[in-house]
Amino acid sequence: MGDETAPDEIGPKQMAMVEYLKLGDDPHLVAYVCDACGATYFDRRNACAACGARDFSTGRLANTGAVRTFTIVHRAARGVPAPYVSAVVDLDGGGRVKSNIINIEPTPSNVSLGMRVRLATYVTATDDDGNEAVAFGYEPEAA
Amino acid sequence: MSNQDPVWILGTSMTKFGRYADKDLIDLAAEASLGALDDGGVTMAEMDVLAAGCLYEANGGVGQRLQKQLGQTGIPVYNVANACATGATAVRTVMMAIKAGEAQMGLAVGVEQMGKMGMLGADRAARSDKQVFERKGRFGSVVGVEGRLGTNMMPGVFAQAGMEYAYENDGVGFEQFAKVAQKNHEHSTLNPLAQYRKAFTLDEVMSSEVIAYPNTLLMCCPTGDGSAAVVLVSDEKLKTLPREQQRRAVKVSASVLTSDPWTEGCQVQPDVNTLTRNAADAAYEDSGVDPADLDLVELHDCFATAELRHYDNLRLCEPGGAGEWIDKGGPWRDGEIPVNVSGGLLSKGHPIGATGVANLFEVATHVRGEAGDRQVPDAKVGLAHVIGLGSSCGVHILERSGL
Repeated sequence: MGDETAPDEIGPKQMAMVEYLKLGDDPHLVAYVCDACGATYFDRRNACAACGARDFSTGRLANTGAVRTFTIVHRAARGVPAPYVSAVVDLDGGGRVKSNIINIEPTPSNVSLGMRVRLATYVTATDDDGNEAVAFGYEPEAA
Repeated sequence: MSNQDPVWILGTSMTKFGRYADKDLIDLAAEASLGALDDGGVTMAEMDVLAAGCLYEANGGVGQRLQKQLGQTGIPVYNVANACATGATAVRTVMMAIKAGEAQMGLAVGVEQMGKMGMLGADRAARSDKQVFERKGRFGSVVGVEGRLGTNMMPGVFAQAGMEYAYENDGVGFEQFAKVAQKNHEHSTLNPLAQYRKAFTLDEVMSSEVIAYPNTLLMCCPTGDGSAAVVLVSDEKLKTLPREQQRRAVKVSASVLTSDPWTEGCQVQPDVNTLTRNAADAAYEDSGVDPADLDLVELHDCFATAELRHYDNLRLCEPGGAGEWIDKGGPWRDGEIPVNVSGGLLSKGHPIGATGVANLFEVATHVRGEAGDRQVPDAKVGLAHVIGLGSSCGVHILERSGL
């Protein structure tokens, strides 16, 4: 996603954990948008799965949206701290994304379907050179 | 023959599902295959084609290894893998060979030996953080995404599929999902071939260990070992066989395989619905069977949250009404349309490659009136459904012979 102006790395120390997260003063997500039909994707593309077209632009997605579905993972993959909330968020203005709901206690009473959320970033891992990987999640908008 | 003529199940068999430390994959496949051949009154020498479905040994030549035990007759062998629809795909492979006029009879076998494999899904173990971060893969990630950007593990993915249904429809929550598991565990007590045969109260289901809310341990299918097989025969060939074989034959009124068409967000959260609806609608159209005609349904309850959605996807309940349908007992064995009277994947078990054949065994056994204690009274027509994440969906409609 090289034609996006916001940097995905700040200096030597912080890197977005995935390329579709852009850091800087205004962290946000970008997606590949099919020029022909508008379908959005986060992964490197060969062609559009919706219409078959081959040309894509990069577009910014909204930082806010509503929880479409969620689960609270108690038995997690090895090395993953649990419990945590995994959710799919319908972003305002289009696009759907999966990530964790963060900055809440992971219990059913604290998460609800349709809940308004906004993007938040945090450092998730550090490598041997001191580089930090920055992840994104969604926190309740009301918080 | 005309490719409009039906294809028939001549024989079918399955092993009890469970864990077989003392047997290997081929022992299991051989037991089911020989059982299906014996049940059909035919031999390996009469088979024109063999399809073997196995996911975890997909590159292991399972079909040929099976032939080495049952008979090396030189027929074409297809080794197939298609996620949890692997078994249904093996059946369809034989069916296509018969429909194409290349074969008159064929054997389809599904088999898996998983043991205690644990939870399945992408990133079974989280990727260990690199010493020095480097971008990798199609998302250009520097660390593993599992648990950081949501979950791709099966219990969570299917929990999210169920909760999405709750988001879109009223009257669906933890309790409705739990009732699915209560039902299937209760049903399993009548099935001697089930991996687990223990009934639980609704409270026990809801208070068992949470795996991925709302799925508790008792709402997740186990891993396990097992095999199932069918012998398929062309209409033309069947009519040359003795009356008793014709009478016990089961008509395959529809056989449909679909993949997931693009829908909004489907590459973020797999859409297990559209391809199921497409397969079901095509199967109803091909067979002329209406959902209300069904005497039983075996559907893919890998997790309780999945089964509830599929009531709606398979048109068993009113649109949006799956919660209400389970509340009023619609899918219980004495309800409107009995669903998973075998115990389903939740208790019968889910040796992946075997599953899509085992549900044909179950429906065929009922429409033949040979299901013993768990027999659905006077069952004439049933539907079998499987879905493999990725995704692939198989739907078959089977009917009593009438010959």
